[in-house]
Amino acid sequence: MNSFVIDDKEKSEFLVHRSVFTEREILARERAEIFNKCWLFIGHESELKELGDYKRKKVGGRNLLFVRSQDGEIRALYNTCPHRGALVCRENEGNSRVFRCFYHAWSFTNDGNLVGMPGKDGFPEDFNAEGTKNMKAVKRVESYRGFVFVNFDDHAISLDEYLGNAKEYIDLVADQSDAGLEVLGGVQQYSVRANWKLLAENSVDLYHGMPTHKTYFDIKQEQDPNLKRVRLEGHGRELGNGHGVMEYVAPWGRPIAQWTPIWDEKLKEDMEKIKARLKEKYGEERAERITNYNRNILIFPNLVINDIMAVTARTFYPTSPGYMEVTGYALAPVGEPEDHRLARNNNFLEFLGPGGFATPDDNEALELCQEAYTNNSEVEWNDISKGMIREENAMATDELQMRAFWRQYKKIIKPSMMEEEVTMK
Amino acid sequence: MTVTRQNVVDFLYHEANLLDEWKLLEWAELFTDDASYTVPPIYEPDADATRSLFYIHDDRDRIQKRAERLLKKEAHVEYPHSTTIRNYHNVLVQDLDQDTIKVLCNFTTYRTKREVLDSFIGKQQFEIVSQDGKLRIKKKKVILHLDSLRPQGKISLIL
Repeated sequence: MNSFVIDDKEKSEFLVHRSVFTEREILARERAEIFNKCWLFIGHESELKELGDYKRKKVGGRNLLFVRSQDGEIRALYNTCPHRGALVCRENEGNSRVFRCFYHAWSFTNDGNLVGMPGKDGFPEDFNAEGTKNMKAVKRVESYRGFVFVNFDDHAISLDEYLGNAKEYIDLVADQSDAGLEVLGGVQQYSVRANWKLLAENSVDLYHGMPTHKTYFDIKQEQDPNLKRVRLEGHGRELGNGHGVMEYVAPWGRPIAQWTPIWDEKLKEDMEKIKARLKEKYGEERAERITNYNRNILIFPNLVINDIMAVTARTFYPTSPGYMEVTGYALAPVGEPEDHRLARNNNFLEFLGPGGFATPDDNEALELCQEAYTNNSEVEWNDISKGMIREENAMATDELQMRAFWRQYKKIIKPSMMEEEVTMK
Repeated sequence: MTVTRQNVVDFLYHEANLLDEWKLLEWAELFTDDASYTVPPIYEPDADATRSLFYIHDDRDRIQKRAERLLKKEAHVEYPHSTTIRNYHNVLVQDLDQDTIKVLCNFTTYRTKREVLDSFIGKQQFEIVSQDGKLRIKKKKVILHLDSLRPQGKISLIL
């Protein structure tokens, strides 16, 4: 086999070899080539409002401490004691100037510097002269419009360059609010018994919308008597570096700012005001795009920002080929009025999250794929060809945005490299 | 009507049993018109729904929709239906002589599907009222005592 991904433009056929979802060696390669080298989302600036605020985060398989140090800078410390390795901070979140490892009581300021240890007389005076006994920080931490990323490759290109064309879409999300967006409490930590790449695909897959989420759209039709038929229409785009997006209209309400009959008249008036303000600031066309269009943005490899019936950011990481840990955030404008916020959150929960009317069905679809990959020896390929015959003008319900992911994957993960490695051993 | 502790406990066992038997429309009928069914975020049992994202924040209308949806074949996650067992333990009944009876209990809910068994544990708070000689649920709040929804992955069933 020359490649796990066959991108046959002549035949308009796009295939992915199913072994990429099940093989341990492939996961090891993905860790080395993708998760150790790409920009990975760690959190949002709003999670660390005050000096000393911290949150534990698992990113790319690491245990990190996402912290706003006393100097105001946001850092990602490796949450491991330089002494013997124990997890230093055990609380999930909080505020502290100092982190102390309980094992031998070494203490560190919230920028990682060692400030105390018992029995100092047993160590030379210049013991930490080179700083090797400080908690180590991830060297590359960069942010864009409040979204903070880390990269474990010190020589990686800048986040700005990495995001490239995806910035246009992140801007459309961030521009919803003059005061900025903030992460709400109750970050959702869940899992799916399926390969992580299936969630990357699923998050920018509008094709599955109707069949998988029929029960949700039934409810939408009940709620809105004027909804003649469910329309999910728009465009799909490949954004480079593996990123992809779909932008489309849909029959659900958008907190910013497309009213729906389940909301009251006051909310309708508020939304008209929001629209008017956005028009004034960005012009008719861009305001229309911000308020009426939905966006599912896939940032390679494992960040999804969905600006749909609410705004969610979701990141996921494989602990084994058939299991991923997912973290889901809800984002909303800072200072949003309470009634608006409640309508937003209820709208979120009707579709999204582990208790929603849609996300659990996605979870099931992914798990059924994984379960049936037991047949991979005989049935080898996934098909992701929809819309290949019209890529320059792809519809949102086409699969171009997924192919964007796989084309990058193809560049990075090559079967021949694995074979070379095997031969070298 | 005089309500005894035993009436309340039996009522809750009945509620749990309806769910285990997938009689979800009958289950929804147990709720008053102003009822709520909520699952607040883990570690935030007293969360404010405008500041934190709940897992479930249903009013009476959405309780009905949840029940109806789960009975459809297109509620794929629960088709074919999972097998479940719900247990209520350590049932503390308060304010038996008041209009609103409060109950706090521990719960364990087991769900199995495709030979994978998941468990959900925690506390439930109920507010129960009498209406037309029958007990009805005004509030059902499920406080998960878990670290996360791993490996359960979802709350597709009604807890």
